[in-house]
Order: sequence, then C-alpha cells, then structure tokens
Amino acid sequence: MKIHEYQAKEILKKYGVPVPKGFYLKSEAEFNSQKKSFENVNTWVVKAQIHAGGRGKGGGVKVTNNFTDLQSSFNSILGMQLITPQNGPEGQKVKGVLIEEGVAIEKELYIAFLVDRAEQKICMIFSTEGGTSIEEIAEKSPEKIFKVMIDPNKGVENIQFDHITSLIKVNVDEFKNLVEKLYNIFTETDASLVEINPLIKSNDSKLIALDAKMNFDSNALFRQNEIVALRDFDEEDKYELEASNYDLSYISLDGNIACMVNGAGLAMATMDTIKLFGGEPANFLDVGGGASVEKVKKAFEIMVSNPKVSVIFVNIFGGIMKCDVIAEGIVKAAEELNLEIPLIVRMKGTNEDLGKEILDKSPLKIQSADDMESAAKISVNATNLGA
Amino acid sequence: MSILINKHTKVITQGITGKTGQFHTLQCLKYAFGKDCFLAGVNPKKAGEVFEGIPVFASVNEAKEKVQASVSVIYVPPFAASKAITEAIDAEIDLIICITEGIPVKDMLFVKNYMLKKKSKSLILGPNCPGLITPDEIKIGIMPGHIHKKGRIGVVSRSGTLTYEAVAQLTDIGLGQSSAIGIGGDPINGLKHLDILQLFNDDADTDAVIMIGEIGGTDEEEAAAWAKINMKKPVVGFIAGVTAPPGKRMGHAGAIISGGKGTAENKLNAMEDAGMHITKNPSELGKIIKRLV
Repeated sequence: MKIHEYQAKEILKKYGVPVPKGFYLKSEAEFNSQKKSFENVNTWVVKAQIHAGGRGKGGGVKVTNNFTDLQSSFNSILGMQLITPQNGPEGQKVKGVLIEEGVAIEKELYIAFLVDRAEQKICMIFSTEGGTSIEEIAEKSPEKIFKVMIDPNKGVENIQFDHITSLIKVNVDEFKNLVEKLYNIFTETDASLVEINPLIKSNDSKLIALDAKMNFDSNALFRQNEIVALRDFDEEDKYELEASNYDLSYISLDGNIACMVNGAGLAMATMDTIKLFGGEPANFLDVGGGASVEKVKKAFEIMVSNPKVSVIFVNIFGGIMKCDVIAEGIVKAAEELNLEIPLIVRMKGTNEDLGKEILDKSPLKIQSADDMESAAKISVNATNLGA
Repeated sequence: MSILINKHTKVITQGITGKTGQFHTLQCLKYAFGKDCFLAGVNPKKAGEVFEGIPVFASVNEAKEKVQASVSVIYVPPFAASKAITEAIDAEIDLIICITEGIPVKDMLFVKNYMLKKKSKSLILGPNCPGLITPDEIKIGIMPGHIHKKGRIGVVSRSGTLTYEAVAQLTDIGLGQSSAIGIGGDPINGLKHLDILQLFNDDADTDAVIMIGEIGGTDEEEAAAWAKINMKKPVVGFIAGVTAPPGKRMGHAGAIISGGKGTAENKLNAMEDAGMHITKNPSELGKIIKRLV
C-alpha cells in the first residue's frame, strides 16, 4: 500500500525525524486561510500530492520566491492532470498540494530501508549523493552507495556509522539517531519501503527529510489500523479497487483479451501465452482457490466493464476448486451480463468432464479448448476476426 | 526413493482443527498411505480431542514425542503463523511446511533470522505454498492428488496451479513425477529452487526436472548459477510473468519487478546460460521433457 508524501512526513514528524515546515492544502479557501503563514518566508516549495514518482518532471513541483508566485503556482498545480514518467498517459488529478518552507541545502543525500530478499534481512541503503533516483546513482557512481544488512532480531543499535558520517561530515550521534528513528518506523509500521530522497544536510549541518516515500506490506495491514486510514482510494485503478473489494486479485493491462484464471502463477502464464501467440492481455486476474459462483460473476463484470476488451479467455485448473462449479458460475455470469463478445474456456482438473458438459449444454456460444496453447490461439484469432 | 517425504514419513498438523486444516487433512489422509503418515494434530485449546482418528495435542513438542514425527504441516491463519513456525523450529522438526498465505514479511524475517541465531537445522517449505507430494505414497498440502502419477520427473515451482499444470502434462503423456514441490510465492521463504534442484540431482529416482519460476527476486538466477556447474540431469525451465508490468505485484507477494530487478528475461537468460531447456510456452513443458528422457 502506498501513501502520499505529506502523510509520510506526518509519520516522520511523529517519530521525531526533522522535516521542513509545511502545509497540506486541498482548496483555494484553505490556502487563503493560511495566507499569513506564507508572508514571512521568502522561499516556498509547492508540491503536488499524488502517489506516482517523477512529479517534478511533469511540472508538479515548483520553487517560488515571492507570494504572487506561490499563489499562482498553487493554483496551477491544484487540480491539474499531472503526467509523470511513472503514471501513464492519462496522468493523475492533483487533489492536494503540500507547501513547504525552502531549506538552504549544503548537500543532498539518500537513505532508504527495505527488505533484501536474497539476504533475508532488512537493508539500509545510504548514498552520499541524493536527489536523483537510486538506480541512477547506482549506475553512475556505485562507490557512493553503502548497504548495511540488519538482522531484525538485533536492530541497529550496535552498527557503526563512523565511516559514513566522516564522509558527509555530520555528527555521528545525530546520524545514528536518525537511522534508529527511520528503522523504528520501518519495523513498527510494517513498511516495505521507507525512502528519504533527498535527505539533506542543511547549511547549519542538520539532517532534514526533504522528500519521503513509504510503502507498506499489504499482508500486515490487519494490524496497522493507522496506516490503513491513510489509504487514498482515488489514487488506485478503479478496476483493481473494485476487484479487491471482492477478494479478487486484478491488475489492469493495455490489451484486449481479458483473462480469468485461478492461481497467480497460472494467471501470469496465461497472459504470457496470449502474448506468445500474438495477442495482448487486458488484465491479470486471479479468482483464487475457492471461487464461488458470485465471485466468478463479479470477475466477469469487472472484465467486461473495460471497454478495450473484445474477447474473454477463462483458464481454470481445477484442484480443490471443481470445474463444474466454475462452469456454473461462467454460464450464470454470461447470461446475466448478456455477454456478447467471444468466450473461450479451457478447463482441466477436478470434474473437468462435468464442467465441459455444463458449458456444452448451455445456450451460450462458448468455445472450449483442451489446453492453454489452443485456447490462446482461438482467443487471438477471435480478436482478429472482431477487428 | 523420492525427495524430502515418502510413505514412511510421520506428520503432525498444526491448525488441524480449523476449517482449512480439517478439509485438507482429510484429503491427505485419503491419499495413498496417508493414514499411516498423518498421526497427530496440534491446538493448545483443543488438546485431547480427536479428528478423524487423529489425536490433538497441546504443543508441537508433545505431538512430536508421542508419534515420533519428523514433519509438520501448518494451516494456522496469517496473524499466528510465524508463532506456529517458531514453535516447530523449537521442537526441532526436520521439515516444516507452511501452507498459510498472507503472512506479514516482517514475521518471516524474524523467523528466518531466529533460525540463523539458533543454528536451527529445520527446513522450511513455504509459506504461501501448495506443499509437496510423492505420488502413490504421500501428499502433504493442498494439491489435488488425483492428477499425479508415480514417475521419474521432479517438479519444483513457486506457484500452485502452474505446478498442477506441469504435473498434469507429465501424467497425460505417461511420465509421472518422482516428487512435486511447491516452494511458495512469498518474498521471504524457506527452501528455494536451488535447494530442491540439489535434492533432485542426488535422487536416484529422478531423471529430469521441471523448474517453474516467476518474476521477482533472484532465486532462479542463483539456482541457475549452481546448476551450471553441478546439475547432472536435464532441466526444463519456464518463468511466468514475461508480460507483467514493472512495479506491480502479480498476485503473489513475491511476484514483483522492482528497480529493474527480478525480470523474467533475466531469469530465462541465466537458466539458458546454465544449459537448461527453457520455453516461453507453458503448454509444452511435458513435451520437451519427453524428448529429453
């Protein structure tokens, strides 16, 4: 789960990590009510609050040096359709803006905490260079990146940071204090990423989090009520959101062949097979292990609500889930939705004969296939015929 | 022979009294020598009860002692699963199979580092996995038993239904499986492709292996690096997620391309470089194996 920068900074503040003084504002009226606060400081940074990164590149971040500029920047960013390198061609509407006091920067740094899968540890990544993406830093100057593996049973207390602090000329206790706070945020909130980029060293040698990005482990949300409350549904894909309400795992893609599959691995393999035979998948959709008739119907509703979809490909491997139950769900869904586009079904496993019989007997025009490859070929053909 | 489990394996079930635990324990009991293998259950609140002839004990330690078990399978819900695994580690269970999906990453990190600290010799399979099966002998987990057939091909995979897909292809063409192992779709897990390849390599009853991976992490690359030097048997490889967009979690918690790492292309290249027979068509895994053995 992702949150906004201003929300991440609230968490930082709560843990005592210095952030610039700022105001999160959602309307002109809110801006006007804070007018007085903006008068005594010259430099303000105006930042669009959307989940996607690369906001600056899309014109969503502006530095202003007087009130008139500040006001016009605020007005132009609030409500804009912000397109960044990370959020797709339609962009995202900016519903809120963070206005922050400018800070005199001596040096831009980078610090992040994440889980290192290969090492099976929490990893702290620090770089004496910040401001650009860590991938870019890794490519240009890998020698400036320091990785510290942390055993969650031991924490960060006994880690030495003298080398890093001597490089950036910062008091070792201050640095350690910051690391401890960020580490506590990471573990206590079940974060999957806490990234401060840039972390800056100010003119008076203080460390301040100028930007903040936090992601959270969705498996742990059941015990993180405060984090769940920060979820912004407007930032999520509407199909993915609708699917998640029904415990369906759905990801939107750009193609026209919708697919409904049980199991994440098989769902990916189905998308790959469609592509291999010249088609384009419209989505990833895992209906899960115990899909009911109701769930199958919902899955169909979501698939056909995507206007790009011209064919539906169902690929089921019945294990615990019985093929006849799925077949009933498919027939019911297709009937109730008056499905008019071609439907190709491949079923295998438990009760596959019963399932096929149900499909054959239904008045619907359903094309069955025995394996994934032929089902994919039929699906791709069907899109070509329709076009 | 087979790997990890056979008809003589003695198993205890943690979470045997829950809905999922009951359903799957019953299926496992009915499969082949299941009745000889599934001997005890654990639930601290229901000790003394009996499920389908299986006695329930208060702790893993007690259950292990009573039935001389070496394997435990866990169906405990996500919030309590890491505690269940830790209890099995403390009881020095040889192989701990965790079926549970949705365990917080932090909990698994604690478990894995706890094992290091304790120098534990236990093996973990999963979590978020279908379990494992040695056809006609024993099945531990949630896979449909009837699609399997005793044979000489090993199967290892991060996915559930995609494993069944490969298994069914092998059964349909008459080859069958020596053992089929689901290592699970979580980012922090126990046994990896590399470990299972090693076991199949040393297993006299396995002639070739189907290795199925997916996007995310670098486990397949590490397995390939090992196989390049050590693997003596043919391996047919497939990676799911060639079409997966970066930065999106594809159902499994571990199936995500992040920061340019974990792409299907990278994995396929590493596997091809290791001499594996890779395919981009998951429907022909069985056919390729048939050509090789």
